[in-house]
Amino acid sequence: MGYVKKNRDFHQARWDEPFIMEMGNPGERGVLVPQASDEVKKVSGEVSELIPAGLKRKKAPKLPELSQMQVLRHYMRLSQETIGTDINIDIGLGTCTMKYSPKIHEQFVRMEKFQELHPYQDESTVQGILEIMYKDEQYLKAISGMDKVSLQPSGGSQAIFANVQTIRAYFEERGEAEKRDEIITTILSHPANPGTASTLGYKVITLYPDENGLPDIEALKAAVSERTAALMITNPEDTGIYNDRIRQFVDIVHEAGGLCVYDQANLNGVFGLTRAKDAGFDMCHYNLHKSFSSPHGCQGPGAGAQCVSEKLAKYVAAPTVEYDGEKYYLDGDRPKSIGKLRMFYGVPSVLIRAYAYIRTLGADGMKQIAELSILNNNYLIKKLLEIKGLSMPFAEGRFRMEQARLSWQELTEETGVTTDDICRRIVDYGFQDYFTSHHPRVLPEPFTPEPVETYSKDDMDEYAAAFAAIAKEAYSEPELVKGAPYKAALGARIEEECLTEWGKFATTWRAYKKL
Amino acid sequence: MEKIGLIVNPIAGIGGKAGFKGSDGEEIYREAILRGAVKESGQKALLAVRALKAAGAQPTILTCPGEMGARVCEAAGLAYTVIEVPGAEVTCPVTDMPETEAGETALTDAGCTTAADTVYAARTFLRMGAALILFAGGDGTARDMLDAVGEAVPVLGIPAGCKIHSGVYALNPRRAGELAAGYLQGKVRKTKEAEVMDIDEEEFRRGRVQSRLYGYLRIPDGRGMVQNKKSGSRYSEQGAIERLADYLADTWDEESLYIVGGGSTTAAVMRRMNLANTLLGVDLVYKGQVAAADCTEQEILETMDRYPFAGVKILVTVIGGQGCIFGRGNQQISARVIRRAGRENIIVAASPDKLLSFLGSSLSVDTGDEEVNRYLSGYMRVLTGYGEYTVMKVSD
Amino acid sequence: MEKTFVHPYMPNSVPEVKQELLDELGVGSVREIYESIIPQELLYKERLDLPEPIRSEYELKKHVSGILNRNVSTEEYTSFLGAGCYKHQIPAVCDEINTRGEFLTAYCGDTYSDHGKMQAIFEYTSMMGELLDADVVSYTTYDAGQSVCSAFRMAVRLQETAGKERSVILVPDTMNPDIYSQAVSYCRNVSEIVKVRHLPETGLMDMEELEALLKNGNAAAVFYENPSYLGFFETQAESIADLTHQYGAVCIAQPQVSALGIMESPMNLGADIVCGDIQPLGMHMQYGGGQAGFIASHQKLEYMEQFPTYMYGIAKTDKADTYGWGRAMNYRCSHGSREKANEYFGTETGLWGITAGVYLASMGPRGMYELGETIMQNLKYLEMRLGEIEGVKANPFGRSNFQEVLVDFSGTGKSVADINKALLEYGIFGGKDVSREFPWLGQCGLYCVSELTSRGEMDALLNALRKITGEREV
Repeated sequence: MGYVKKNRDFHQARWDEPFIMEMGNPGERGVLVPQASDEVKKVSGEVSELIPAGLKRKKAPKLPELSQMQVLRHYMRLSQETIGTDINIDIGLGTCTMKYSPKIHEQFVRMEKFQELHPYQDESTVQGILEIMYKDEQYLKAISGMDKVSLQPSGGSQAIFANVQTIRAYFEERGEAEKRDEIITTILSHPANPGTASTLGYKVITLYPDENGLPDIEALKAAVSERTAALMITNPEDTGIYNDRIRQFVDIVHEAGGLCVYDQANLNGVFGLTRAKDAGFDMCHYNLHKSFSSPHGCQGPGAGAQCVSEKLAKYVAAPTVEYDGEKYYLDGDRPKSIGKLRMFYGVPSVLIRAYAYIRTLGADGMKQIAELSILNNNYLIKKLLEIKGLSMPFAEGRFRMEQARLSWQELTEETGVTTDDICRRIVDYGFQDYFTSHHPRVLPEPFTPEPVETYSKDDMDEYAAAFAAIAKEAYSEPELVKGAPYKAALGARIEEECLTEWGKFATTWRAYKKL
Repeated sequence: MEKIGLIVNPIAGIGGKAGFKGSDGEEIYREAILRGAVKESGQKALLAVRALKAAGAQPTILTCPGEMGARVCEAAGLAYTVIEVPGAEVTCPVTDMPETEAGETALTDAGCTTAADTVYAARTFLRMGAALILFAGGDGTARDMLDAVGEAVPVLGIPAGCKIHSGVYALNPRRAGELAAGYLQGKVRKTKEAEVMDIDEEEFRRGRVQSRLYGYLRIPDGRGMVQNKKSGSRYSEQGAIERLADYLADTWDEESLYIVGGGSTTAAVMRRMNLANTLLGVDLVYKGQVAAADCTEQEILETMDRYPFAGVKILVTVIGGQGCIFGRGNQQISARVIRRAGRENIIVAASPDKLLSFLGSSLSVDTGDEEVNRYLSGYMRVLTGYGEYTVMKVSD
Repeated sequence: MEKTFVHPYMPNSVPEVKQELLDELGVGSVREIYESIIPQELLYKERLDLPEPIRSEYELKKHVSGILNRNVSTEEYTSFLGAGCYKHQIPAVCDEINTRGEFLTAYCGDTYSDHGKMQAIFEYTSMMGELLDADVVSYTTYDAGQSVCSAFRMAVRLQETAGKERSVILVPDTMNPDIYSQAVSYCRNVSEIVKVRHLPETGLMDMEELEALLKNGNAAAVFYENPSYLGFFETQAESIADLTHQYGAVCIAQPQVSALGIMESPMNLGADIVCGDIQPLGMHMQYGGGQAGFIASHQKLEYMEQFPTYMYGIAKTDKADTYGWGRAMNYRCSHGSREKANEYFGTETGLWGITAGVYLASMGPRGMYELGETIMQNLKYLEMRLGEIEGVKANPFGRSNFQEVLVDFSGTGKSVADINKALLEYGIFGGKDVSREFPWLGQCGLYCVSELTSRGEMDALLNALRKITGEREV
């Protein structure tokens, strides 16, 4: 048994760093820029002669003027005021799959042989990266059971968007696009599902959970019609409850002539245990940076993948990567394709990491991820539910998959301390703040932990102990929790109205100075 | 310094403990006292006022004499200003009597003060510039507040009555105090409309216990700016209502007759259409005009007869704690009207917040006609945003 | 046969620890847990068809670098490729900061716990604000394509909010074809994207046709790039904006950020929304993975309401001289804006935003000026020298260009594809073949230089082209 440190005497770095625009002195330089050689200058002349008069910049941009060490130090300090997964037990960001991102992968994406590739290089000079992308496509097919993959999407949401575009392309070709203008989703699926559907002009029908916490199947029966284009659904949803009637959901929609799209954002507990194809889905998507362990980079870059069954293969986002037995090539010549989603070909750094990750684990390792993330989650739930004021609504006694939606409702009613207060207080214990829920909040005072397979038993024990301590504080000294955090990088409370009121809101320093 | 009004209905809730459905009426009050009930509304108000103080708010408190507020402030150790309430006897509690036929509130023969005192006090506080009026009571007290100030000033209920169907009350007394403090300190800045529901006395006299929407009060909206960390979705209840109103306006069928039920959500739709609206009544809209306002059942049926409409649509929202779509605030849209319009022509519109409070249960209908109730039961679409729907179960 | 072993990424794969967890839950195996919740018929009974695991880091490294080593990078060959993705000097500090574990592995922490991240992103938007002369700059989007698409939809929503039924977006017919097709697809249910002809002599937007199209009264916005996709400056920027406004449309411009040290920002030439890509500001090309978009505008409420992404706002605190930051989602005031269709967004490109901040702080105004200066001088040199080759016509429009120039090989009797193939033999990536995208240009390559392109590299290109086109070597 490892040593579990309870109630660390934590304090985040607090540098009280000035704003960069106010640092430095005129004339200082952080980096020098290569200059054209004299022979070149002789031929080309002065830049002032080269640029059209009307376009010449009149005033130099008021960028900071700082020397190199000072730039570095400033940003090093800011990095210390940020809690990444590398330095904390990042269990709180449920649905985000905050797993360890192997450091060896970082060496791969920093190879010159990758970083310095231009996307329009001749295919013969990019066989290495194309091979990795091609193999990723094959692995993702195996994991989902689907028949065609596109790695174009820049992230999970864009992959969902690609699936909605595919839905439209499919019905357009069948001459049913006008009629089929409704997409059904659930309120506990990721908001990108209704979001992307409405971006493309679909009406959205959102199903709410029944008393068991699963989407109401009777409501689905009432919702489907000849106007149904598709069902877009996550399983498990954010509650972590596995929808054991998922096959029936799919069948109901298929009978009405609609397509079924599986949002695999919560894939981590599913690897190798069940596949999109097994439940009858026509399409699914991956959040590659989540499930396949790319560092989340302060919100990106991530990458997504779109996967479809045979009958939809011709519609996927172009280009795809193909192999003719000798060489790998980009296939942009796909006339029925929904087209391009982004510039060039997806986000290759994430694709390299996903490749390395799958190769490290193999079939049994992938399944082990699912098993351990399920085991971890149910263990953590058990520990957390010993805490007074915290409960897990819906489906009592039933095991959860890889995450769970809990509720502090009881604690809030008894102490006035809300989940948002606890979310700030947990930072004082050395943890990143946690994910509550999407909006509108289906459950009151939500908290959604996801202890993925990379966290140890000791990590989970420490994590649960911190919440137990906070709950105790809530009952004995609620003001303490409400006033938190005290030990975070920012040692003062912000005036919220600066973010909400016109006249006080600024997105740049120059705009702030004018207020 | 901000001013806050405080009104305590001293006998609110007393009937409940003694096994009555309410505390209205002196007989119930006396009987309750005989059964040994203890007046608790003062205690509840005290909890709220203490929470207000603990949260660091230091408003000028305007209140009523004795049990109507002054004693509570005394007990909490807070300074206060007492207004004079004519006719209020310190020793005689206020009751909220049902209105008489004439619509006047009757004084009981014992000479006790009445609902009129609540009304008087609330109006006085409003005149004195109170930023918020806190009141302890139940549904009856909420109705008194509605009569007194309507939406002229934000109010907030401290739950103390036996019947709390109205949405104007905080979750518990302490939350009421905290929310009031937050509002006075500027931490909570928004307000929202909340329903005032109470037993329908007309129906009650006919022997049916049924609640009814009496109107709306404005309460502080304690929910913070809802921001989503991870995704681009944005959300606010008001935004959802505006968007569903936009959608209805954009898809409005000029050739159909619209029968628009009462409630603030349907009112938002009418506002969006630039049409005058009866908040608690039924309006008829045809070709972009209000064809008839505040209609009775008979008027609706006659209008339906009069024109050769291409279609008839009924637009209603979800009202009250039982999630009623027919029978609370739109009784005029009767079983006969519904039969003639047809189920498929009913548009139900409500915000997701409202619907989520019925999670795991269902919406309800109470048209007074069992057959029509059955006809309406089953699953029904509810419009929740711009082209966004959900499907809710409706029980008869 | 399943092969499981204690895995370094899975602490609870140690059998004893796993057993402890199982005991705590009172179950015999994990299988027991998932079989209690996943129906039998959905369980996948086979083994996933994946290669056997590579067990050690060293073996993995050999394997993955073995594959990647088959690539030939622009460090080995000289590249004249651009067309949306650009090779520039990347200050070592940029790489140092964006590989810091704290930034690299953070996600969506907020005001207090991720104060440093919030400040770094706000500093990025602030410095972009200076570079663009814009008061409002959004959080980063996926790429320039996404920014352009969103800017188009913002314009349509702006018109809708003002009660106007205007949904046409006018764009130059020389615009980046990838972004054009992305936009057509992204906007198809809300707007029609119509191309405005260019003048055959200059390549610039045909102002007469623009006016004729604007007169239809259905244009929501007019879009232009500066420099254009084909490399030349759009010298009519100011007149385009004036004309656009005259007919009640929104002016959207996409400037090349690396030109902004020397080129006037479109914000000062009448543009209402400015968008583009920050990849040139410190991001490696990464085979197209270094892209990240920006959207900017003036401090006007009606515009700010339409931004589809997060906005990072600065907030005063209860401590003097100390600021905090928060995400204000789609700044909206109480009256709200009408919107018939939403936009979505998800995990975008935060790390690249921070990196661009480090880049701009390192470069300063002097660095940005010199960047533009060197690029223009190098390009001019290349253009002049290319023109000396028989049958090769550089800069057919004869315009002033930034960073990229069209090179017409029609006179050599060879296709761009042939020439590029042949150039590979010389260790050169020739300019992007645009003959398929713009058939009316003939056999044109789009040649790109940067501040890194040396005279020697350009001369090597010239020599190679002479040989390939059959001219005598000089």
